[in-house]
Amino acid sequence: MTKALVLGIGNVLWADEGFGVRCVEALADCRAFGDDALLLDGGTQGLYLLPFLEDADLLVVFDAVDYGLVPGTMKIVEGDEVPRFMGAKKMSLHQTGFQDVIATAQLMGFCPDELLLIGCQPVELEDYGGGLRQVVADCIPRALTIACAWLDERGIKSTPGRTDTGDLADTSIRMAAYENGRPTEEDACRVGDARFFPTAE
Amino acid sequence: MVIQTPNGFTLDNSGKRVVVDPVTRIEGHMRCEVNVDENNTITNAVSTGTMWRGLEVILKGRDPRDAWAFTERICGVCTGTHALTSVRAVEDALGIEIPDNANSIRNIMQLNLQIHDHIVHFYHLHALDWVNPINALRADPKATSELQQAVSPAHPLSSPGYFRDIQNRLKAFVESGQLGIFKNGYWDNPAYLLPPEADLMATTHYLEALDLQKDIAKIHTIFGGKNPHPNWLVGGVPCPINVHSTGAVGAINMERLNLVSSIIDKCIEFNKNVYLPDVIAIGGFYKNWLYGGGLSSQACLAYGDIPEHSNDFSPEQLYLPRGAITNGDLSVVHDVDVRDPEQIQEFVDHSWYDYGEPGKGLHPWDGVTDAKFELGANMKGTRTNIEQIDEAAKYSWIKAPRWRGHAMEVGPLARYVVGYASGHDEITDQVNGLLRTMDLPVDALFSTLGRTAARALESEYCGRLQKYFFDKLVANIKAGDESTANVAKWEPSTWPTSTKGVGMTEAPRGALGHWVHISEGRIENYQCVVPTTWNGSPRDSQGNIGAFEAALMNTKMERPEEPVEILRTLHSFDPCLACSTHVMSPDGDELTTVKVR
Repeated sequence: MTKALVLGIGNVLWADEGFGVRCVEALADCRAFGDDALLLDGGTQGLYLLPFLEDADLLVVFDAVDYGLVPGTMKIVEGDEVPRFMGAKKMSLHQTGFQDVIATAQLMGFCPDELLLIGCQPVELEDYGGGLRQVVADCIPRALTIACAWLDERGIKSTPGRTDTGDLADTSIRMAAYENGRPTEEDACRVGDARFFPTAE
Repeated sequence: MVIQTPNGFTLDNSGKRVVVDPVTRIEGHMRCEVNVDENNTITNAVSTGTMWRGLEVILKGRDPRDAWAFTERICGVCTGTHALTSVRAVEDALGIEIPDNANSIRNIMQLNLQIHDHIVHFYHLHALDWVNPINALRADPKATSELQQAVSPAHPLSSPGYFRDIQNRLKAFVESGQLGIFKNGYWDNPAYLLPPEADLMATTHYLEALDLQKDIAKIHTIFGGKNPHPNWLVGGVPCPINVHSTGAVGAINMERLNLVSSIIDKCIEFNKNVYLPDVIAIGGFYKNWLYGGGLSSQACLAYGDIPEHSNDFSPEQLYLPRGAITNGDLSVVHDVDVRDPEQIQEFVDHSWYDYGEPGKGLHPWDGVTDAKFELGANMKGTRTNIEQIDEAAKYSWIKAPRWRGHAMEVGPLARYVVGYASGHDEITDQVNGLLRTMDLPVDALFSTLGRTAARALESEYCGRLQKYFFDKLVANIKAGDESTANVAKWEPSTWPTSTKGVGMTEAPRGALGHWVHISEGRIENYQCVVPTTWNGSPRDSQGNIGAFEAALMNTKMERPEEPVEILRTLHSFDPCLACSTHVMSPDGDELTTVKVR
């Protein structure tokens, strides 16, 4: 049986950095997959994600990427291009982490046969505790459509519905709970690290 | 300008300035600047945490029972240990006692994290500071096989054919043009001293460790319900036990326990046959590289962890020792009380925070996290492109925690110094055995290599402890106790209106504490003092330098533009600057820059 790993990576605590993780959450909420697909919140786990790659023949990664494009622009990269592109330019914000994961999987001889990276150019990262900006959140449905079509072409079918899985974020930090439960601006500072110093005074 | 610090270091910031930003192969963002004299010896060191970490403020108003799920996201490597610290803090505040099985399972999880982290840190983040995988391509597989058998006769993977295969795999990987994990190395730097055979042996173990760590993670899946972000629970652990094959689906049964047992045994074997022998063998070639001791010979702090009984954190009940060493006096191990406002205080005179008045120290329960970003008058460059930081002013996002005013080192070496000084049997035996094998005096411990060796010894010790707690868990279950959680005080209606608590653990990289103030069922204040806050601390109001800074002092660099010596020492702390893992510059250009001015 061909097996797919659908992976969201990023840190939900850094605003648009959470794009990847939120995509997988949204996917589990609107599509029913079978046993041949694992929907996983990879967080920022880097090398600790290796075992999941080993088990997969197909890999879809959602992530915030930096191509220097207009914020909110999506960028799709496939196959050999994924690691190579990552090496050439700073594409994924986790590239040091995830690029190494792919390289290591290749060295170990168990990298998935086919790779698809669905990236989104972030608007805001320097907002610790913040959620997705609207334009980035608006990319999620299209990102899911692309992923489902790509998987469908390769025999990984899904239908409208839900995928029950324990491999997503704890409910207390799922998108709605996390964003709605945020402390006020008075309580929680909104500045972040603009490489690496805050731009706000 | 020459400055004498109260903690005994002579700082001279004349001479060339070397800037490494960011420091690679660590979690989070860190910048390091050093001055070197005409002999390229470091005379001044400045450690800057370059990211804002405001977890404290984003937790305000949240449900304390959920805090673990947020703290688990601080960073990419110490997820579980933050979660454990968090549930302990909340349980302490609410007076919740956990059942024995929960204590055993948490210990197994925590020890698993120690072992996992130590092995991954050594092989995948730190070894490349000592081991040259490119040089491994020149090795003779037969000689490598002989070396392997001499270093560790019990390790089964040692044939010439095995090493030849690995070498060919490496060759193909390197020749494919994408060095991948081996890029950013300074492979022709004379600081690398291993013969090709030792490089091949160690690089081979890099791969074996990758295989093993996949198994190690399974223990987290079994007890935490999932990986990479296991579940935690205030009041116990969220995994039901059912060894009689009835009841809840997904409960811990004998089949899963047997899997845990086999993974524990694998780790014990690996530590004994691979990790420790490698550290001894590699260390043998670097015996004269005894830089990097820093504060370890004079000021070490450990909170202790791995309690024998649930809900009892008294020092004599902890397998990882608690205590503080100050002024280099190993004959006195001070007890540590993390609740005492006089003991642990954080200072922000050199940190980008504001406490309202200079020289003020605050206990974490009273801690505030008000950002105040300003750069000193002697800073060079611009606000967004700092060429040289001014360490006389504020210069880091890390606060400066102090124990009774002392800058302290935390982590495996600090734990082992505290354990050794307090006569902890297992630790003393291990340390004496290692020193004997390597024919080194006790003083050799206080070095970058000593820190690296302490981590390996600890991994071995933790393996034995893990087996002990596994057996204890199984015995308790067989005796009929399947309880894993105490939910008597789950409902906020059972809580006091206002209460405070503290949770402590020994994270792989050192003493970790969370202090929580709960008011009317919600988090009023939450402060984390993480290991790298201690180790990566900037100067304090008295001018004491922190552990990273102290450890870099007086190190001789072969080539200042290739800061392999700086990386060696900083990596030996297994730094974790709370992680968002994004590493990018505003223009999206090359990541690491090393500038010599």
